[in-house]
Amino acid sequence: MHIVVCIKQVPDSAQIRVHPVTNTIMRQGVPAIVNPYDLFSLEAALRLKDVHGGRITVISMGPPQAEIALKKCIAYGADEAILVTDRAFAGADTLATSFALAQAIRQIEKDMKVDMVFAGKQTIDGDTAQVGPGIAKRLNLQLLTYVAQIDAIDLEKNTIQVRRRAENGVQVLQTRLPCLITMLEGSNDMRYATMENMFRAARYATKIWNKDAAGIEDVNKIGLKGSPTLVSKVFAPKPLARRADIIDTESNDPRDIALTLVNKLFTQHPKLHDSLRSH
Amino acid sequence: MAEKFDVIVVGAGPSGNAAAYTLAKSGLKVLQLERGEYPGSKNVQGAILYADALERIIPDFRDEAPLERHIIEQRMWVLDDASFIGAHYRSDDFNKPPYNRYTIIRAQFDKWFSEKVQQAGALVICETTVTELLMDDKKVVGVQTDRMGGSIYADVVILADGVNSLLAKKAGFHAEIDPANVALAVKEIHFMPQETIEARFNLQGEAGVVIEMAGKITRGMMGTGFLYTNKESLTVGVGCMLSDFKTQKITPYQLLEDMKAHPSIAPLLEGGEMKEYTAHLIPEGGYKAIPKLYGEGWMIAGDAAMLVNAMHREGSNLAMTSGCFAAETIIELMNEQKPCSTKNLARYQQKLNDSFVMKDLKKYQNMPGIFHANSQFFTAYPEMLNQAAHRMLKVDGIDKKSKEKAILADFRQRRSLFGLMSDAFKLWRAFE
Ligand SMILES: Cc1cc2nc3c(=O)[nH]c(=O)nc-3n(C[C@H](O)[C@H](O)[C@H](O)COP(=O)(O)OP(=O)(O)OC[C@H]3O[C@@H](n4cnc5c(N)ncnc54)[C@H](O)[C@@H]3O)c2cc1C
Repeated sequence: MHIVVCIKQVPDSAQIRVHPVTNTIMRQGVPAIVNPYDLFSLEAALRLKDVHGGRITVISMGPPQAEIALKKCIAYGADEAILVTDRAFAGADTLATSFALAQAIRQIEKDMKVDMVFAGKQTIDGDTAQVGPGIAKRLNLQLLTYVAQIDAIDLEKNTIQVRRRAENGVQVLQTRLPCLITMLEGSNDMRYATMENMFRAARYATKIWNKDAAGIEDVNKIGLKGSPTLVSKVFAPKPLARRADIIDTESNDPRDIALTLVNKLFTQHPKLHDSLRSH
Repeated sequence: MAEKFDVIVVGAGPSGNAAAYTLAKSGLKVLQLERGEYPGSKNVQGAILYADALERIIPDFRDEAPLERHIIEQRMWVLDDASFIGAHYRSDDFNKPPYNRYTIIRAQFDKWFSEKVQQAGALVICETTVTELLMDDKKVVGVQTDRMGGSIYADVVILADGVNSLLAKKAGFHAEIDPANVALAVKEIHFMPQETIEARFNLQGEAGVVIEMAGKITRGMMGTGFLYTNKESLTVGVGCMLSDFKTQKITPYQLLEDMKAHPSIAPLLEGGEMKEYTAHLIPEGGYKAIPKLYGEGWMIAGDAAMLVNAMHREGSNLAMTSGCFAAETIIELMNEQKPCSTKNLARYQQKLNDSFVMKDLKKYQNMPGIFHANSQFFTAYPEMLNQAAHRMLKVDGIDKKSKEKAILADFRQRRSLFGLMSDAFKLWRAFE
């Protein structure tokens, strides 16, 4: 089985600092990490490999330093890593990114047939959740997003069954391979890399692909040119000038406290009250 | 199959990096293990880099290392509750390249140094903790890490794992560290515009200032405070002996808060935005607390070896120099095809003894003991000095001779003539 996992290197948002003077984001000194959502997908892929064997190729589109993120994936147990990097990719939105990655996956497929593609549910720096589905559409893959669990894979019949979180419950879905999966956060815990894989990662030479190597001919579909998204403005929202209320309760009884809270909520938001009534 | 290297270096601080770089450059097969996410991630921000030690290892470091400001002025302050008396030394000589001392941000600097180590050919693996030394009888033959399949072998292991080396302790190379031999230092980084820093400290371009502080700020505990200028931030901190914190029952955080509120310090920090608060131990036991530095198949360098000159706040330079000596010892032995036995590794000790490292530490060997047993250096004296200055400078119709008399009487009353003389004698002996 051949699984491709798409990952992105992102700044660790927990450690991002805003420059107190210029109010711009200070990237210097902020550690870059593998997008946390991607790790749930990578671990799911690793578990499939544990059972079924095969190969995992991780792929990322990004600047040269994103190689570090790919090497981390090798340490976790991926077999190959490809960095798709080219100045021509600069300024890509999700449309252009999913195009470039889809093209690169087509190139990977020339080497070995791809059975599954994994992507992160979304990124912590863009939060669009569009790249995975974009790739699935372009490559004509069955799309399974928000997957909480992979129940079974039948490689002979080319089928897969997963549990997917939906708004009102859990869906048990079956479909055919090849498919694209994005895993739900918390669906698994990333393993602790073995010493052997740490050595492999430290010595691993990441494959670096420019746009030609990734099989991209039409430069109008990548980078800024291929990105119809316009960012009109970036700003930090002003904090609301609302004060916190301190509510006194009659007693310490949880029931009393809950009742006081609910009453207060309903008096302040009558519409909420009405809508709950009507249910 | 377990991996085998010529040398394993534990730790990617200044001592480990200096060792790994020197070894790898000579063509040896080197593995460096660091528990932090990346080199520097575990290291306290903001420090002074002494160019000399690094220059001997990487002569052209100035062209590429991330440096903040070169220091042109040193201020030494003795503080009373609301005043200080001090000496400033500023020299234009310090403002001419090649510069002698720099402020640095350790996380950035260590990362850069580690890149040099990797370029030199060492294999560097982070996020991996060495849990134990592998022994064959009494000889160290490798390390055990916290990862599955974690045994790795080498002809010799350099322990550069920082203060309170757990590995050396576990292997029985030295005993539990004495709280009277380590200082606990806390520091913060305060961001503010470059222009503000330059105006406040009378600086231009990349020049910088260091303030060293002693006196009432440490409340009688043995320790000092410090303030450095970085490019766009100030590093401010205070450190005292761990044993003192224990008996005084004050938190380091509170001590730093009080120090920052001192009327001579607060205006320097005003308007800055505090970004990081870190605490770290400094081995300050001095010469007498230095453990055994080598044995069958192992050497110990830097903070792990207690090589810190607390009197001059020098640590990273002793760390780099000792790391470099450890590496050179191994290179020599391997060239001569001799084993890294206790007998042969004695050359490491010799190199240290012949250098400023041991010479300086030996010179101040009695200092920690004196300051420890005589808290008047941190309480009564700062008060007396400040009050004397105040008396002399205040113009109030009293003649200067009477003022001198009053100052002397005050000194004697606070500390007997014998006490004053014996303190002076103790200090003189220790400095001699
Ligand atoms: C607040 C403060 C201010 C200071 N200011 C200065 C200054 O201005 N100038 C100066 O020269 N010195 C200063 N020092 C001292 C200086 O920081 C140290 O002397 C220096 O860092 C020692 O270098 P080292 O390589 O021996 O140890 P460290 O820098 O502590 O490096 C040890 C490394 O080993 C790693 N490690 C530890 N155990 C393991 C393990 N089991 N497995 C794997 N990795 C491990 C750690 O993560 C760490 O990265 C200061 C210290 C403090 C605390």
